Amino acid sequence: MLLEMKGITKRFPGVLANDGIDLEVEEGQVHTLLGENGAGKSTLMKILFGLYQQDEGEVLLRGKPLSIGSPSEAIDVGIGMVHQHFMLVPTLTVAENVALGLKSGRGALTDLDAVSKRINEISEAHGLSVDPSVEVWRMAVGERQRVEIIKALYRDATLLVLDEPTAVLTPQEVDDLFVILRRMTDEGRGLIFISHKLHEVMALSDEITVLRNGAVTGHTRPSETSREQLAEMMVGRSVKLVPDRPHVTAGEPRLVIKNLEVKGDRGTMAVEGLNLDVCGGEIVGIAGVSGNGQKELAEAVAGLRRAEGSSHIMLNDVDVAQLDTRKRRDLGLGYVSEERMTDGAIGEFSVSENLILVDHGSEKFTKGKFLDFKAIREQGETLVKKFAVKTPSIDTPVSSLSGGNIQKVILARELTAKPSVMVVAQPTRGVDIGSAEYIHSQLIAQRDVGTATLLISEDLDEVIGLSDRIAVMFEGEIVAIIPSEEAERDKIGLLMAGVFDS
Amino acid sequence: MSDFFTVSVLVSVFASGIRLATPYLLASLGETIGQRSGVLNLGVDGIMLLAAFGAYYTALKTDNLWLAVLVALLVGLMVGVVYGLITVSLHAAQGISGIGIFLFGLGFSDLLFQVWVGTPLPVPHKLPKLSIPGLGSIPNIGEALFQHNLMTYGAFMLVPAVMFLLQKTTFGMNVRAVGENPQAADSLGVSVGRTRFMAILLGSSAAGLAGAALVLQGGIFQANLTNGLGFIAIAIVYFGAWRPLGAMAGSLLYGMVNATVVQLKVQGTIPRSASDLASMAPAVITILALVFLAGRVKAPAALTKPFARH
Repeated sequence: MLLEMKGITKRFPGVLANDGIDLEVEEGQVHTLLGENGAGKSTLMKILFGLYQQDEGEVLLRGKPLSIGSPSEAIDVGIGMVHQHFMLVPTLTVAENVALGLKSGRGALTDLDAVSKRINEISEAHGLSVDPSVEVWRMAVGERQRVEIIKALYRDATLLVLDEPTAVLTPQEVDDLFVILRRMTDEGRGLIFISHKLHEVMALSDEITVLRNGAVTGHTRPSETSREQLAEMMVGRSVKLVPDRPHVTAGEPRLVIKNLEVKGDRGTMAVEGLNLDVCGGEIVGIAGVSGNGQKELAEAVAGLRRAEGSSHIMLNDVDVAQLDTRKRRDLGLGYVSEERMTDGAIGEFSVSENLILVDHGSEKFTKGKFLDFKAIREQGETLVKKFAVKTPSIDTPVSSLSGGNIQKVILARELTAKPSVMVVAQPTRGVDIGSAEYIHSQLIAQRDVGTATLLISEDLDEVIGLSDRIAVMFEGEIVAIIPSEEAERDKIGLLMAGVFDS
Repeated sequence: MSDFFTVSVLVSVFASGIRLATPYLLASLGETIGQRSGVLNLGVDGIMLLAAFGAYYTALKTDNLWLAVLVALLVGLMVGVVYGLITVSLHAAQGISGIGIFLFGLGFSDLLFQVWVGTPLPVPHKLPKLSIPGLGSIPNIGEALFQHNLMTYGAFMLVPAVMFLLQKTTFGMNVRAVGENPQAADSLGVSVGRTRFMAILLGSSAAGLAGAALVLQGGIFQANLTNGLGFIAIAIVYFGAWRPLGAMAGSLLYGMVNATVVQLKVQGTIPRSASDLASMAPAVITILALVFLAGRVKAPAALTKPFARH
């Protein structure tokens, strides 16, 4: 047995983060740790890495008790981690990132030639192609992840923890990653795979341990379970993974985008001559690998980013391309931003204040020049109930709520305005399955009453599950529009990667 | 103006430009190292004042310039330890802590001067010029480039040394890493605190040397001798895009503009009454340069952000 964690218990003031958790990882196996945010996965991994000390229980590595006080000690005994948010220094080269923290063969001077040589050996042996001399900021996300894996292999990790490694990858890159991971288990390394994407868990795992509220709620194998069962173990009740989407006949186009050109943060064109219609009563989902202009598209439609002069954004037949956000909202636009905490809500403001952010000046919430606090409180109480927001009170600052509940607050505010057109970006990113299910049902209910919804999401399952039509975006353009009946994961995945001839 | 464009005037302006650039260069090189590690030290000017007084007092009492420079270095080092304890060990906000160091240096250096010296006396000897054999006797070029004091030569030789330190050594790599993504460095066992502390010490020692250069080139101390020079050195770090060569370019620009203003005042081209206005020229140039550079170069991502594990 490579790793045994026995009866791990960790208490924080008022919270039992880990409650007698057992986890066993064998050599050559992929052991998946499945659970919602806050289920205790990261606490358990932080104990493994010495960032926390457990209150009870023991950790054995190859049968020997292990006591680790810091991440570098974990590295020394052969435990490596590929973090969800890459632990890379973008301004340093690949070789420098790998060499960081290691003893140099040349004393006080760096020894990057030797490091580069070994990186090349490792990348050849494992099919991880990277150029050691390139600075990390120049690399695509998939490449950066390979650097993270190389970092662990360079330190000869025999147990590798992968924290949601597929979150940023295209379906093809996920397939490639799985091949690489399998090669690593074939060498006898043990992997702990942390994920909440159920089809990936089913495809990759040898063993699966499910956590909920700090305790193990299930231990199983892919051959003995199903996605539905896994979801139930995670959430504690049965969950609809694919939302019901009753047939609705789409109405007239409400959002018509013509020749949209938008610059990205680096000043280069991120959206180039994009054309797209969204009709009343339909959800059009944008599928695409992060960084292909989806964010810029959403922000340009919402009015947060300037569209170039020749662009047209018709909102119910009015060209809003150069109008400010207030005018767009008055014309019936609703917007759920992917930047929940910077563009969607004000963290220090209370729940009820956030619920009236867009119409605090309206007659409904004012008395003359002053805010009508009674009306604002009533609105807060009503919406918190209606949208099942879990919050201690309507006066609680939004920043102390969970991601799912913050999203519900934003959605409650935007939907209450009864928008004619909605732009919804990454509605369930970082949101627990239970809230995600609710958010999905709300979006579909909104569509059923005739709203035109433009959905942008990096979660391909979400796009396929919610959309009536799927528009694939690649390098700033829509390269294909696929009706939901014809949507196939693999086909869309290839289009997302820029492969059009299949 | 016609008097200005003669060979002898240009050579002497050039020479004094390089001399005047010395304290800027020392301070901005040190601050470059500190900022690359993610620590902004707004106290540079205060450190320079304290170190300048230390060097001045030592030179006044012992007439030993080597000892004076050493004292300035140690003063810089000591203030660096304090600043490191405040910002690294105690995770205090850097901006306000640096301002505190500046105000302390400004007041305390004047207090010591009033108590221990009182009436301003020049030091017995300023930093002597050292003509480099051979090179120093080349007509014009020799006078402009190779007839300077040791601190000026040293400051310019520090430029490649700091480049080497940042790019080719393990310590320099750690500095760049902790200034950009301290979490990543920490996850690989690089001590963020120790690296930043060392970078602060190097920076404050360099600021100490800058104070020594300033006072030993001029020969006399007074209250607020630096007149904001340390703050300009910080601006030069931004202007130089956090690179040693950039710091050198910025320092030379400042030195040259200062020397030109001085010359024009001496000639009477600029009326005495407008001299304050002319002294502002370098600041205006800096602001314009910073506006022009804005968005083109990126500061170290973790600059001014204290690091603590979760």
